[in-house]
Amino acid sequence: MNAKPDLQRTLSQFEMQPDARGHFGPYGGKFVSETLMGPLAELEAAYRKYSTDPEFLAELEDDLKHYVGRPSPLYYARRWSEALGGARIYLKREDLNHTGAHKINSALGQALLARRMGKRRIIAETGAGQHGVATATVSARFGLTCRVYMGANDIQRQSLNVFRMKLLGAEVMPVTSGSKTLKDALNEAMRDWVSNVDDTFYIIGTVAGPHPYPMIVRDFQAIIGRETREQCLAQLGRLPDAVLACVGGGSNAMGIFHPFLEDTSVRLIGVEAGGDGVETGRHSAPLSAGRPGVLHGNRTYLMQDENGQIIETHSVSAGLDYPGVGPEHSWLKDIGRAEYVAVTDEEALAAFRNLTRTEGIMPALESSHALAWVEKLAPTLARDQILVINLSGRGDKDIPTVANLDGITL
Amino acid sequence: MSQNRIPRRFAELAAARRAGLITFITAGDPDADTTLASMQALVRGGADLIELGVPFSDPMADGPTIQRASERALEGGMTLARVLELVSRFRTTDNTTPVVLMGYLNPIECMGYERFAERAVAAGVDGVLTVDLPPEESHDCHEAFARHGLEQIYLLAPTSGQERVRAICARASGFVYYVSVKGVTGQKTSDADEVQRFVSTLKGQTTLPVGVGFGVRTPEAAAVLAGFSDAVIVGSVLVELIEQHAREPAELARRLEAFARDMRAAMDARRAA
Repeated sequence: MNAKPDLQRTLSQFEMQPDARGHFGPYGGKFVSETLMGPLAELEAAYRKYSTDPEFLAELEDDLKHYVGRPSPLYYARRWSEALGGARIYLKREDLNHTGAHKINSALGQALLARRMGKRRIIAETGAGQHGVATATVSARFGLTCRVYMGANDIQRQSLNVFRMKLLGAEVMPVTSGSKTLKDALNEAMRDWVSNVDDTFYIIGTVAGPHPYPMIVRDFQAIIGRETREQCLAQLGRLPDAVLACVGGGSNAMGIFHPFLEDTSVRLIGVEAGGDGVETGRHSAPLSAGRPGVLHGNRTYLMQDENGQIIETHSVSAGLDYPGVGPEHSWLKDIGRAEYVAVTDEEALAAFRNLTRTEGIMPALESSHALAWVEKLAPTLARDQILVINLSGRGDKDIPTVANLDGITL
Repeated sequence: MSQNRIPRRFAELAAARRAGLITFITAGDPDADTTLASMQALVRGGADLIELGVPFSDPMADGPTIQRASERALEGGMTLARVLELVSRFRTTDNTTPVVLMGYLNPIECMGYERFAERAVAAGVDGVLTVDLPPEESHDCHEAFARHGLEQIYLLAPTSGQERVRAICARASGFVYYVSVKGVTGQKTSDADEVQRFVSTLKGQTTLPVGVGFGVRTPEAAAVLAGFSDAVIVGSVLVELIEQHAREPAELARRLEAFARDMRAAMDARRAA
């Protein structure tokens, strides 16, 4: 017996997800304390209004073009493809965006929304610091007050981004509770929001959190997939055979996947952080090795123990070091529309070095996870196959981490 | 007559024209024996209902005091199953004081709603308040709890609009819990006039008792709330006492009992006035 719902029947519903209450199949929803239910409804109403407002959309488009630098190129990685000896590999260059990662797409959209809603104070959580930097950047751009919560452990391993945020005028609040990483920063940002709901807009960095956040962040990030689809048709005359992206919370993956959901000939592959190896238990791969539960306002796959406590995650990449994942990914996994795999820290680091040396492009350690899977996949495919990878960020911020692993103090 | 101890206790309070004192402590902070002794001390001091926090790794709605209590309890090996054992032990000497578990959904979801409800009632739990489970998401959970006679306590907040207040009151059982501040536990203090306005509106819409909590730290503040609400909920200040005196069990029990007694006296004096 096949327990999975019929794919063909489900596909027509992609554009309708989430449902009115924010569910993607059994996932998503609004699991927050009563105090936040009103503000979430207010946010959803504002989003529904402005997301179809021509003036809002024109302002967003103008800033995406002139401030972020979109569209980002779709680049043929010829030398790397030839070295791997199989499929042709294209990189969607989100690393070339202003601030160096895809995070700015959604931070910009949410900041514009905050302005329309009359909220002058911005808060955000950050792991690797890329979302924090993006949020601090758009806050500076619009003259908004900005506070970024960041786990104390992440502050240590991403000191460059911490200083960047401070230069941009943001206040960086170290979070010392729990595991002192991204999940704890999210808890603390939620606590700030519930305490300051009247004047504060919480810019969430990924496609997780309570509804409407997974939908809003996805919609703002979907520009990646829309451009990629058009560029494939224009540059290659056809759609790719597979689209790959790393998945922590899953915003860059959802952004590039979503416009391809109806194109069933295109495989969608999300690559999670396998840390020391999924079999060791020391990883950040809830879709590969977790089970559904409720955390941070939504139901989704989680890393949890047998008593329902969230367990500590491990990854060389701070941006993927998160025990949950966006609820829409959980749904895409269950219905079989997307595949989710994991690679280890070591494999990601090898891919980081390989791309840097063969293409002169230094990827973020997060994005390097997707590259590492491609290093396994591409050689198994024929030369007429086309793979597109979302190169979600650049690796400058990771230079100290890589140097440290090499035993070098900068 | 309901088997559940919550309506029985509120009926007794109403008959005596007293406001109830609800005390919150975290189960297993720092160990199960201390919690059991603390529950008993609070009842001796005059607590009418015991709220027991189920520790969770990510207590999003709690301030630093209860976060630390949660961490201590988890370090001590506390689990939802052990919280239920603790309630069973409490019931061997006290079969009248209602016990409400307060916590987050995931540990309950992990045990399974049906299995949890059955075991909780068997252990002597009367009600459950899941902070991160608003009525919109609580359908399955609600049905399982109702089947087993477990009251589901819902929160109301200053940000709850009229429509939500009506819908939640229609669904709630046991009592409704008004979160009197926009914030996390133990951080801000509430504006009594604003709280009174909300509670009096609420009284027009439900016959359920209304409890007020978050940010109640002193007997004086409890007394003011006792003037117009059916129960006052106090938590973080008790958890602070546990944090300070965890290593001296006799002293801790004495202080918790004395604190509850002072609160009780201030609240009763207000009602008598």
